[in-house]
Amino acid sequence: MTPLHAYLVLSALLFSIGLAGALIRRNAIIVLIGIELMLNAANLNFIAFWRFGPNPQALTGIVFAIFSIAVAAAEAAVGLALIISIYRHYQTANVDEINSMKD
Amino acid sequence: MSIFIILAALTVAGAVSALSLRNLVHCALALTVAFVGLAGLYLQLGAQFVGFAQILVYIGAVAILVVFAILLTRGSEPPRQPIFSPGWLGGAVVAAVVFSLLTGMVLSSEAVTREIPPLPQATVASLGEGFMTRYILPLEVLGLLLTAALIGAVIIALKEPRESP
Repeated sequence: MTPLHAYLVLSALLFSIGLAGALIRRNAIIVLIGIELMLNAANLNFIAFWRFGPNPQALTGIVFAIFSIAVAAAEAAVGLALIISIYRHYQTANVDEINSMKD
Repeated sequence: MSIFIILAALTVAGAVSALSLRNLVHCALALTVAFVGLAGLYLQLGAQFVGFAQILVYIGAVAILVVFAILLTRGSEPPRQPIFSPGWLGGAVVAAVVFSLLTGMVLSSEAVTREIPPLPQATVASLGEGFMTRYILPLEVLGLLLTAALIGAVIIALKEPRESP
């Protein structure tokens, strides 16, 4: 059986990959994918701590992970709708070119 | 342990290629690979319902939504300009610092020495009973949130009316 810290290190790695993608990619859809990966890393932490916690019969970790998945789905739907709307307005999905609030 | 290594390698490879490939459709496909790996990890941890919810919600809904968004924004054509923004080095450094900090904290904590408890009984029946009794109010709030998100997404993505200024 895998120890707890293996899951935690994997979750940290996933979070960092998602963070790097959200910070350095130009396309807004890929930025959203990076955010989804970070949320998934948090879910993996919930499940791992539930499994290795002192009271796994309480199901709290599982319930929190399910709620987190549902909120992430809502976030993805609204985020992608925003990207489509921005694309229609600016004719681009590149986050570096959407800078009209700077000028 | 070997199953964990295979699933972890699948997840990390999917995540890295989802964020580094040039063609956006390939990115969406790699993203589903990462989600499959995560669902396998949940199943290995004994959380069957979360694993299947991960497959249903992330692979069935979120990945399809991403593909729709890519096609609607004409992202399926490979971009001509570089895919990374000019300040990519700073972002990579921030991510590497975050990873090293998190890993250092995890490996220096007492999580390393924790013994492994027996597999808990988390059946779907007990989970459903929990949702209908103890977690009924959060469940209703979640339903309201999903409805609001559905309506909001449709309204945001509607075509803007061409009205005269």
